[in-house]
Amino acid sequence: MFYTRLPMRAADALCEALKAEGVEHVFGIPGGANLPTYDALYDAELIHIQARHEQGAGHAAEGYAKASGRVGVAFATSGPGATNLVTAIADAMMDSVPTVFITGQVRTDLIGTDGFQEADVTGITMPVVKHSFLVTDPRQIPTYIHQAFHIASTGRPGPVLVDVPQDLSRADIEYEPAAGAPHLPGYKPPSEGNIKQIRLAAKALANARRPVIYGGGGIVNANASQEFRDFCLSDRLPVTLTVMGLGAFPAPHEQWLGMLGMHGTRTANYAMDNADLIVAVGARFDDRITRKLAEFAPRAKFVHIDIDPAEISKNVPAHIPIVGDAGDVLPKLTSEYGRLNADPARLEEWWKQIGAWQEEYPLGYEDSEDSEIKPQRMIEALYKVTEGDAIITSDVGQHQMWCAQYYNFSSPRRWINSGGLGTMGFGLPAAIGAKVAKPDDTVVCLAGDGSLIMVCQEFATAAVHDIPVKVFLMNNGYMGMVRQWQELFWDGRYKSVEMGDSPDWVKLAEAFGWTGMRCTDKNEVEDAMQTALQTDGPVLLDVQVTKTENCFPMIPAGAAARDMVG
Amino acid sequence: MEAGTPDLIKLEDLEVGSGLTGRKHVLSLLVENKPGVLARIAGLFARRGFNIDTLTVGPTDDPEISRITLTLDGAVHPIDQVTKQLHKLVNVIKIRDMEPDQTVSREMALFRVQATVESRGEIVQFADIFRAKIVDVSRRSLTIEVTGSNEKIDAFERMIRPHGLIEMARTGEVAITRSRPDS
Ligand SMILES: Cc1cc2nc3c(=O)[nH]c(=O)nc-3n(C[C@H](O)[C@H](O)[C@H](O)COP(=O)(O)OP(=O)(O)OC[C@H]3O[C@@H](n4cnc5c(N)ncnc54)[C@H](O)[C@@H]3O)c2cc1C
Ligand SMILES: Cc1ncc(C[n+]2csc(CCOP(=O)(O)OP(=O)(O)O)c2C)c(N)n1
Ligand SMILES: [Mg+2]
Repeated sequence: MFYTRLPMRAADALCEALKAEGVEHVFGIPGGANLPTYDALYDAELIHIQARHEQGAGHAAEGYAKASGRVGVAFATSGPGATNLVTAIADAMMDSVPTVFITGQVRTDLIGTDGFQEADVTGITMPVVKHSFLVTDPRQIPTYIHQAFHIASTGRPGPVLVDVPQDLSRADIEYEPAAGAPHLPGYKPPSEGNIKQIRLAAKALANARRPVIYGGGGIVNANASQEFRDFCLSDRLPVTLTVMGLGAFPAPHEQWLGMLGMHGTRTANYAMDNADLIVAVGARFDDRITRKLAEFAPRAKFVHIDIDPAEISKNVPAHIPIVGDAGDVLPKLTSEYGRLNADPARLEEWWKQIGAWQEEYPLGYEDSEDSEIKPQRMIEALYKVTEGDAIITSDVGQHQMWCAQYYNFSSPRRWINSGGLGTMGFGLPAAIGAKVAKPDDTVVCLAGDGSLIMVCQEFATAAVHDIPVKVFLMNNGYMGMVRQWQELFWDGRYKSVEMGDSPDWVKLAEAFGWTGMRCTDKNEVEDAMQTALQTDGPVLLDVQVTKTENCFPMIPAGAAARDMVG
Repeated sequence: MEAGTPDLIKLEDLEVGSGLTGRKHVLSLLVENKPGVLARIAGLFARRGFNIDTLTVGPTDDPEISRITLTLDGAVHPIDQVTKQLHKLVNVIKIRDMEPDQTVSREMALFRVQATVESRGEIVQFADIFRAKIVDVSRRSLTIEVTGSNEKIDAFERMIRPHGLIEMARTGEVAITRSRPDS
């Protein structure tokens, strides 16, 4: 095969490489060190969305990636631009989001001299990237871009940073389109699971009397929700999911126990506590799940399916480890298990027990007697008006947990939140990214008042770029999740958790060119949401809810699942 | 196997180990010779709370590949988890957890010791016994180079210390697989 070598500026080659990777949209903010890249963007057929803060650009890239499964891309300049990206990079690392971050760096002759706007961003981000590249030769630029996309999107996905010194992106090179897989001798992500281990897992499952299938974000990453359903439904296997896995199994369903973990259902947590076999699929035994590690699922043996070998036995030792892509392993496991013709009757006792828990501890709340809007009711209204089928992004706090509990996500990539890092302010920019990726879908950001103010400059991004996201603000006047902890575990000594009367959200939205609306009556929530959804352009709906409601049930810090409260 | 009779696996029979081996491990890593590789490895150890006992870096016969040898205590760290985390670094090409009986490992150390007219003879004798070399001499001190297993170097240090150890520098171990008897 012959490839044409085209002489061009390295910054133009960078854009060519992005296009060759199928990129259509990038998010970012320019500055001195990445001016050549922005000059190249002037001609490139890439749509650039100018965020109002680099953190916003980063979360938008994440939202884009989570909604579409494609790699999200964000640009920032050197120094403060790059350091502003760090939160988003760390967020993408914790939640395994395929993203590529491209930062400008000072000229090579200035590197190491404390030059103007110099920050060692490869050094700063080293602990929170899947990999990073510092360009030292302009010819590396397209190569590193291709490698970055390959690394970001394969195996366990994650953020990759490419740091490009200003002078090198101005240099002329010969651009050669990439051919074939990049040469990365130290990078071999596993794909196929070991069939012997899969058979062993099938046999263990066939002999289990109290099994639980515990799925996580890895199923969504693998685009293996269908395979996961098929596996779970191949017998009457009880299913629970982490916050990150929601949507991988269609809720509600008779085999669905609800989410597990700190704010999961009692049924799901009690089932884990009493299980004799737990099959973990693309889930990483986070401490929000295990809580008191020494007392986590004390009766269970573990099958652990994960693409990242380092996750296996990291927190909880696995009896049957299976390293591989969930999309490859699950169908094999389903068929191996099917061949064993396991006796479904063996699960009857278990289902009786589960049914008793479900009956005794349903998820619920006490509705107000007046017109006050309970936060849980707000989520129920959200579910109703969106028919359970919107893309919902979320901030971090009580509202996030209520949404995870009460919005029955039934398909993947519809619930986009920050789980691992728990980044307040994730919701709005992520919604912008998701809407750019999925323009035909309804995208609602369920915001918290403490969170939204942290990124409210991104209202301008949506307004100026005409990205019609809807923000439904659960306004409780508090950083509610922290207030809850102070109430329950710090003797009600409330410190710095009130939000006061600022801002007037409707006016703020209007100032940015959005439509602003407010709702204070529980009987009007659904109508208000309907109106917001039907109004063109970006809309903020300020829903004033009960101020001091607590999110229950919960496993307190240091407690075991069986000691849930509330 | 007939349908309807799954092979018996009693769940009770499934076991897991503790992950701790209780002995010293020598890990030999082949890494890409690229900027920042050592920082990535050091950073990984720091943030995961793994303690490195010794670490050496040097070239291999391939200029694009360097060898890093590090020793860690398998009584404190689950070595399996350490190697799996190391494998996630894109620049790490290969990791070998060296089997003690199939490994030749050596360390070099330099000792500067006080040496009076009276003690000089004894120190030189020790050096002889340990096949060490005197590499520098002054009126009041001797500098000695010792190579060997790290136990041997520890032993030499114990012998020499009473004479007045002024300074010591150790390289940390490097290791390589023993050739098989037939090859
Ligand atoms: C306020 C707050 C409260 C929270 N409370 C809860 C709670 O009550 N319950 C809860 O569940 N979480 C809760 N979380 C989220 C929690 O912190 C973790 O983010 C979450 O539990 C991790 O989900 P996961 O195990 O599915 O892993 P993820 O972070 O989604 O990781 C995915 C796993 O799948 C693997 N994987 C990736 N791709 C593949 C593939 N192709 N094939 C196979 N495996 C793959 C990865 O290696 C990784 O191990 C809370 C977060 C916040 C902010
Ligand atoms: C950037 C950041 N700072 C601080 C925290 C700690 N924190 C977790 S939840 C929370 C309160 C969130 O308040 P709000 O957005 O109003 O949500 P609510 O809990 O009231 O629904 C805080 C401060 C965090 N997760 N992220
Ligand atoms: Mg709040």
